[in-house]
Amino acid sequence: MLRFLFSRLATFFVTFVGVTLISFAFIRVIPGDPIIVMAGERGMSQERYEELSRQYGFDQPLLTQFWDYLTGVLQGDLGQSFVTKKPVWDEFFALFPATLELSLCAIILAIALGIPAGVIAAVNRGKFFDRALMSSALVGYSMPIFWWALLLIIVFSGNLGWTPVSGRMGLLYYFPTPTGFMLIDSLLSGQDGAFTSAIRHLILPTIVLATIPLAVIARQTRSAMLEVLSEDYIRTARAKGLKPWRINGLHALRNAMIPVITVIGLSVGTLLAGAILTETIFSWPGIGKWMVDSIFRRDYPVVQGGLLLVAVVVMIVNLIVDMLYGLINPRIRTRK
Amino acid sequence: MALLNIRNLSVDFATGGGSFRAVDGVDVTVEAGEVLAIVGESGSGKSVSMLAAMGLLPWTATVTADELTFDGKDLRNLSPSARRKVIGRDVAMIFQEPMSSLNPCFTVGFQIREALAQHLNLDRAARKKRALELMEMVGIPAPEKRLNAFPHQLSGGMNQRVMIAMAIACGPKLLIADEPTTALDVTIQAQILDLLTGLQRDAGMGLILITHDMGVVAETAHRVAVQYAGWKVEDQPVKDLFQTPHHPYTAALLAALPERATERRLPTIPGVVPGQFDRPQGCLFSPRCAFADDRCRSTLPPVQPPELGRARCHYPLMAPATEEAQ
Ligand SMILES: Nc1ncnc2c1ncn2[C@@H]1O[C@H](COP(=O)(O)OP(=O)(O)OP(=O)(O)O)[C@@H](O)[C@H]1O
Ligand code: SF4
Ligand SMILES: [Mg+2]
Repeated sequence: MLRFLFSRLATFFVTFVGVTLISFAFIRVIPGDPIIVMAGERGMSQERYEELSRQYGFDQPLLTQFWDYLTGVLQGDLGQSFVTKKPVWDEFFALFPATLELSLCAIILAIALGIPAGVIAAVNRGKFFDRALMSSALVGYSMPIFWWALLLIIVFSGNLGWTPVSGRMGLLYYFPTPTGFMLIDSLLSGQDGAFTSAIRHLILPTIVLATIPLAVIARQTRSAMLEVLSEDYIRTARAKGLKPWRINGLHALRNAMIPVITVIGLSVGTLLAGAILTETIFSWPGIGKWMVDSIFRRDYPVVQGGLLLVAVVVMIVNLIVDMLYGLINPRIRTRK
Repeated sequence: MALLNIRNLSVDFATGGGSFRAVDGVDVTVEAGEVLAIVGESGSGKSVSMLAAMGLLPWTATVTADELTFDGKDLRNLSPSARRKVIGRDVAMIFQEPMSSLNPCFTVGFQIREALAQHLNLDRAARKKRALELMEMVGIPAPEKRLNAFPHQLSGGMNQRVMIAMAIACGPKLLIADEPTTALDVTIQAQILDLLTGLQRDAGMGLILITHDMGVVAETAHRVAVQYAGWKVEDQPVKDLFQTPHHPYTAALLAALPERATERRLPTIPGVVPGQFDRPQGCLFSPRCAFADDRCRSTLPPVQPPELGRARCHYPLMAPATEEAQ
């Protein structure tokens, strides 16, 4: 297990440097000069332009710029936003809880519905439930997120008026946000209705963001279950006279979870990518929206640092998934 | 009243190429405390007929029988929950591949205790104690340590012992062992067989032993059923079968058996077992039978009376086995 962890950490470091390079290159590949964008409609004099170029180090060769950036990053300095002049780090941590809250709700929803759906489909293979569930999964998987979100907004916010259209909290409420998680902070605030408001704001974005991972998890669970259900040890479990829920839900699912866990880990990357779109549609003040805004503003440090931090989050999640994988699969855990 | 009574059992599989009859009109009876050996070439439907009796076949299988009773209970129209009270407690089964027959995600101790929890009213501590006893009974050294081992950490022989411990956990009246030693090393094979016959004798339980090994049959079985291409072609007490086989297939098997040879596998006879698409008309053995005539090739053979070993043959043999049988 220790060696396993160590090799993972080594991979982690190499990936980290790679991601630093990619995030650095990415924003520079997009046409548009950040200083000119900063100046906006008014434009600026040549001297002022050169002065700013020097100030931000754009007059240096790219390699030098990257080196400065990398050494900064390794010392924990991600630079400052061109626009707000605040450290990228601070902005990230101010906004990340919103994304994390949304993503966690989405992945929990996707797992809570996806795994049972996959199990039910596999156990009823070829029958009505299987077909109904798997067609829905296919629809969910192939639906354009943007269209789906708008449809939900039109029906539930527009026609029925059940849910708000955007944001995280009703305008009536104002309270400090020590944790950044609206569900927790609204409870802490003790204000009547704040918690309900937080939930109502969360529902649609969560559904939209969960749709694709839900479909993926359901399909993967089904196929893994089908494979496992034809194994000899399932026949043994039946020969013991065990109840069907125990055979399917314990003996089969435990084995089927091994590939499913991998898929859940991979979904986290998809989820963060999906968060960018979802947050933009629902004006959810998280890092997705922050990144999109920063790309339009050519806010180099924010885009670089934001991408890097998102990548680190994905890598950490994958590291956790790898360890879970070892926990759930004794053949890996007990390997010498 | 026989312990297990199966009459006219047939199993059809729905396959890509249409329906395939893997077991065709097989009768099986086992008395309490009796050892029945089922022999036959690969694909003759030995496993499928036993799995059908246990209700363990996949959903692609259709099982029909005129009679299917265990210990006086009709297994055909038992509700699933009533069936689960019988399967695993009164009838247990062990399989050919011990490695894949145990769940890789759970410790062997868990899997043995689970069988106890399902059928017996024991508390946690009693279950653990009983699991250790069982492991000791089946000859697993240092059971305390093995309790927490996963199947992949044990050898094939050890895993088969675990399977046996699980199977006898609730004191079954009948144990079905489907080629329990085929996947094991030769030295381990004898140990596992000794274990099974010892347990059978001590507990007085019925044992159905599916095997390829005629030597094992001669040593352990009371009665032998011979299967061929989904048919039961002969059924006799072991001595009589070796002395006077009535079905030409049995005779050919015995004739091809090298006298006191070390090679103990089922001997081979020329030709192959018919498959799904090359089933002959009439007797299924006719393409390989030395006595086949036009009647054999056109009409289904009858089942002869018990004195003639219930041979499924138009012309059952009468004389003791000799070389001319081939
Ligand atoms: N699930 C299944 N679907 C379709 N056909 C099957 C299935 N299981 C078994 N069969 C077929 O049924 C026939 C009998 O198989 P069975 O496993 O009973 O043979 P066996 O006598 O046990 O042979 P062996 O000695 O190799 O174990 C074979 O032709 C096999 O291909
Ligand atoms: S019926 Fe004819 S072909 Fe079949 S086993 Fe008997 S003698 Fe041979
Ligand atoms: Mg078999």
